[in-house]
Amino acid sequence: MNIHEYQAKELYRKYGIPVPKGIACMSVEEATAAAKKLIEETGNEVVVVKAQIHAGGRGKAGGVKVVKGVGAATEAATDILGKTLITHQTGPEGKVVQRLLVEQGLAIKSELYLALVVDRETRRIAIMASTEGGMDIEEVAASTPEKIQTIAIDPAVGLQGYQIRQLAFGLGLSKQEQKNFSKLITGLAKLFQQEDCSIAEINPLILTEDEQVVALDAKVNFDSNAEFRHNDFWNSVRDLSEEAPTETEAKEAGLSFIQLDGNIGCLVNGAGLAMSTMDTIKYFGGEPANFLDVGGGASQEAVTKAFRIILQSDAVQGIFVNIFGGIMRCDTIANGVVAATKELGLKVPLVVRLEGTKVEEGRKILDESGLAITSAATMAEGAQKIVELAKG
Amino acid sequence: MSILVDKNTRLVVQGMTGSVGQFHTEQMLAYGTKVVAGCTPGRGGQSLMDVPVFDTMRDVVKRTGANASCVFVPPPFAADAILESVDAEVPLVVCITEGIPVMDMIKVRRVLDSQDKTRLIGPNCPGVITPDQCKIGIMPGHVHKAGRIGVVSKSGTLTYEAVGQLTALGIGQSTAVGIGGDPINGTDFIDILKLFNDDPDTDGVILIGEIGGNAEEQAAAWIKENFEKPVAGFIAGRTAPPGKRMGHAGAIISGGKGTADAKIEALEDAGVKVAPTPSDMGTTLQSLL
Repeated sequence: MNIHEYQAKELYRKYGIPVPKGIACMSVEEATAAAKKLIEETGNEVVVVKAQIHAGGRGKAGGVKVVKGVGAATEAATDILGKTLITHQTGPEGKVVQRLLVEQGLAIKSELYLALVVDRETRRIAIMASTEGGMDIEEVAASTPEKIQTIAIDPAVGLQGYQIRQLAFGLGLSKQEQKNFSKLITGLAKLFQQEDCSIAEINPLILTEDEQVVALDAKVNFDSNAEFRHNDFWNSVRDLSEEAPTETEAKEAGLSFIQLDGNIGCLVNGAGLAMSTMDTIKYFGGEPANFLDVGGGASQEAVTKAFRIILQSDAVQGIFVNIFGGIMRCDTIANGVVAATKELGLKVPLVVRLEGTKVEEGRKILDESGLAITSAATMAEGAQKIVELAKG
Repeated sequence: MSILVDKNTRLVVQGMTGSVGQFHTEQMLAYGTKVVAGCTPGRGGQSLMDVPVFDTMRDVVKRTGANASCVFVPPPFAADAILESVDAEVPLVVCITEGIPVMDMIKVRRVLDSQDKTRLIGPNCPGVITPDQCKIGIMPGHVHKAGRIGVVSKSGTLTYEAVGQLTALGIGQSTAVGIGGDPINGTDFIDILKLFNDDPDTDGVILIGEIGGNAEEQAAAWIKENFEKPVAGFIAGRTAPPGKRMGHAGAIISGGKGTADAKIEALEDAGVKVAPTPSDMGTTLQSLL
């Protein structure tokens, strides 16, 4: 799960990680008042107006402005709020800015990069640090990998002093900066573990003229498996407008759904089978409209819900149901398919492939329903049939 | 022969008294698995389907000689259940539970790596089956047939798909293992391939991977150097968009890494014959025999 920068920074403050003074705003008026307050408090005319969306690359897309004075801040807020930002992470449709963060300006001496991630290879939390802050870190990793230092935290003993020193010397920090950096990274490691993060990234982490180390940006992703430990907090920071509504609706029904660009809807049990059903459709020249895993124990109602979600997209010109029943019984799926077809008055071709537990019963239910359902014996045959039928 | 489990396996089910645990214990018993105990704290002394229930795993091992465990405990308590089995030195732990936080698995894996008594399969996997001898997990037993082909897979339903195809072709399986699709798990492809390599009754292997991580690339490198039997492969997620988690917590392409194409290339380079569609997994393996 994703949260906004201003929410991540509030969390950082809780763990003693220095961040600039800032105020989250939902309107231009609030932004104006925030700029005024910050200028009064800091005695510095420079403020930064930052778009709050769940995507990186905001600066390049015109979503971050450094300005001088309240008037200029108002102007920047007017410009950014409501604007559609298109970055490499938003997709071509972009994201509309609905929230702003207004922050004090800081005198930057240099920009560093710092991130914590779960490293699958070492099976530990990895800390990555680089002197190349403010840049696209994937580019740094590709062109100058020697400029990224990595250490892994042993879960048995936690982050050690020598590891912090190793990073600090590698970053070329002064004695005072090392002290500040040590405090910051200890806090960040603690935050990462206690809040069940999958990513905590600071880009850039800045050094100021007075040797402070400050998180100028903040990104936090949570491991959604750990939701049960953080229900209240996560609900309070979740921004539903940043999540695709159909994906949220599907999640509530216990379905795993991702919208794609094609025209063939898929309803499958199991993530691996769902992915390879998409692959097979593509292999035979079609384009999948979605990823949909109904899971292991879906009910008849969940199947109907899945159909409704698939059909919300006007692009869908055919549906392929592909089930290999293990725990999932084919007769349950068949009943769900028949009920959904009757209820929703399905107007697009439907191909069903059933295999596994209670397959005979399932096929019988479909045959006896009198509905225009094309059956297939294998996944490949089903994919071929739906690709042909969807062409019309 | 077979790997990991056979007719001598004595199984304890952790979380047997829950609805999911109970349903699948019934299925495992019906398949012929020797379920010797259940473990649910606070339910010790009771019995369910004539299987005695114990409070702790130490009790289970002492009283029943269980040598394998199947975990159906819900995510908040699953890591604890696995660690309890490690403490009781149960040789094989199969964790079916889906949705264990990665922070918990980091700790579990650290403990697993510091000992050599217990092997963990999963979490978030369908389990392990040696047809006609022992089924641990949630797979449909009836699609399997005893024979000489090993199956190892990150995906549950794709394992059923591969097994179903083999059975339809008259090709039986020695053992089928689901290792799960989580970013941090107990046993990876290479561990299982080593066992299949050493098993005189396994003639070839189907390996099923998916996008995310680099376990498939590592397996390919190992196969190239060490594996002596024919391998058919399949990688799910060729058409998956980057940055989207495809159901499994581990199935995500990020930073241009973990793509299906890179994995397929690595496998082919290691001499693995990769099936063009998942419907061809069985025939691809058949063509290698």
